[in-house]
Amino acid sequence: MTEPIRLKTPLETAELVKLRAGDEVLLSGEVYTARDAAHRRMIECLDRGEPLPFEIKGAVIYYVGPAPAPPGKVIGSAGPTTSGRMDAYAPRLIALGLKGMIGKGNRAAEVVAACRKHQAVYFGAIGGAGALISRQITAAEMVAWEDLGPEAVRRLTVKDFPLVVVNDCHGGDLYTQARKQYQRL
Amino acid sequence: MRTIAASEVMRAVRDLAISVNRNLPGDVLRAFRRAREAEESPVGRSVLDKLIENAEIARSEQMPICQDTGLAVLFVELGQELQVEGGLNAAIHEGVRQGYSKGYLRKSAADPISRKNTGDNTPAIIHYDLVPGDQIRIAFMAKGGGAENMSAVHMLKPAQGLDGIKKAVEETVSKAGANPCPPIIVGVGIGGTFELCALNAKKALLRPLGSLNLDPDLVVLEKELLEQVNNLGIGPAGFGGRTTALGVHVIKAPCHIASLPLAVNIQCHASRHGEVVI
Repeated sequence: MTEPIRLKTPLETAELVKLRAGDEVLLSGEVYTARDAAHRRMIECLDRGEPLPFEIKGAVIYYVGPAPAPPGKVIGSAGPTTSGRMDAYAPRLIALGLKGMIGKGNRAAEVVAACRKHQAVYFGAIGGAGALISRQITAAEMVAWEDLGPEAVRRLTVKDFPLVVVNDCHGGDLYTQARKQYQRL
Repeated sequence: MRTIAASEVMRAVRDLAISVNRNLPGDVLRAFRRAREAEESPVGRSVLDKLIENAEIARSEQMPICQDTGLAVLFVELGQELQVEGGLNAAIHEGVRQGYSKGYLRKSAADPISRKNTGDNTPAIIHYDLVPGDQIRIAFMAKGGGAENMSAVHMLKPAQGLDGIKKAVEETVSKAGANPCPPIIVGVGIGGTFELCALNAKKALLRPLGSLNLDPDLVVLEKELLEQVNNLGIGPAGFGGRTTALGVHVIKAPCHIASLPLAVNIQCHASRHGEVVI
């Protein structure tokens, strides 16, 4: 295996276009948490012409609903949730400048096409490795919609968050490619 | 007739909720290690290493294995010679409420239409069985949403037979892809009715990995199904590999002459369950 590629937020298009599906990445910087309910509210904000609770240009959204932080920790377990549930909302956010999404599971054709058109990348994290991933999160801060509980928008500071590029800017899709390589028909 | 207080059940459920979410069962860890040895894909091996490390961190730091600490699903076998003083249902729900609060576990229960979180991870999903004896056996499963979402019930035609069953299991796993956090465990309920096959598929997930089905025909079927789903190439985390499933467990039940119900309940690799006997 080759060494993982180190990336820092905000993500620059020049860096993103070099990535290919299957590349291992260590991401450091700031990511915003949002899942089903927060996405619905973000889209409602846009519909009303109101600003989003964070700068979407160059941003990375992590699809996660963390477990509560036990005493002495900044966050509880925090692994990815299934990204497909956010497919209905993602293309609009990508068009506004969202550069990275982190989750697990495959994306709709519209999301893959939006990644290609606007040079955004979808990263896969390891689902179910929530305790391990929480160690790479050094700070967590409430940003919006605290009433949503685990679904609220938080700003996480991450250090060397281990990811794999699933959908790159060029139409590459790791899930399809990898499956072909290991399937036996 | 033996008597116990409902509060005893409450405390047992509370403690189970916390320990089940922090301590991955030994059979699952052993299955990770076996898969790690056999996996051909370098990325797949790296994912399995991280899953083993994750389970160790959860155990040593006493934090949840996964942030999705699940809906609480309980299988209760109640001895007919046992009298529980106080409300048994209420005690179980209270145990879940306290366990999810005290254990810093995520509350994932919501109204299906308004989507408003109930705030305490109740109600639990409780299945009762009456059995002989004067004990109560409580199996607790923390069932995450991602894998549950990829599960399915198929009302097959009897003419589709065993081939139809195999095809439907394979298609369900194939369609699930990376979503349910592979390597998965596949619970299969064959026969019964619409609801019984689903219940059996879920019950099948409680059997330890690596143990043999008591029915010799099903031992063969489970082996064939496991090979079939592992040939899909989905692999650990869906990043490609030979370990898509750690096991396929089947329970069958007689069905109507007109029917062939089939349920496939998918369990993520964080197969969190445990039991207590009082």
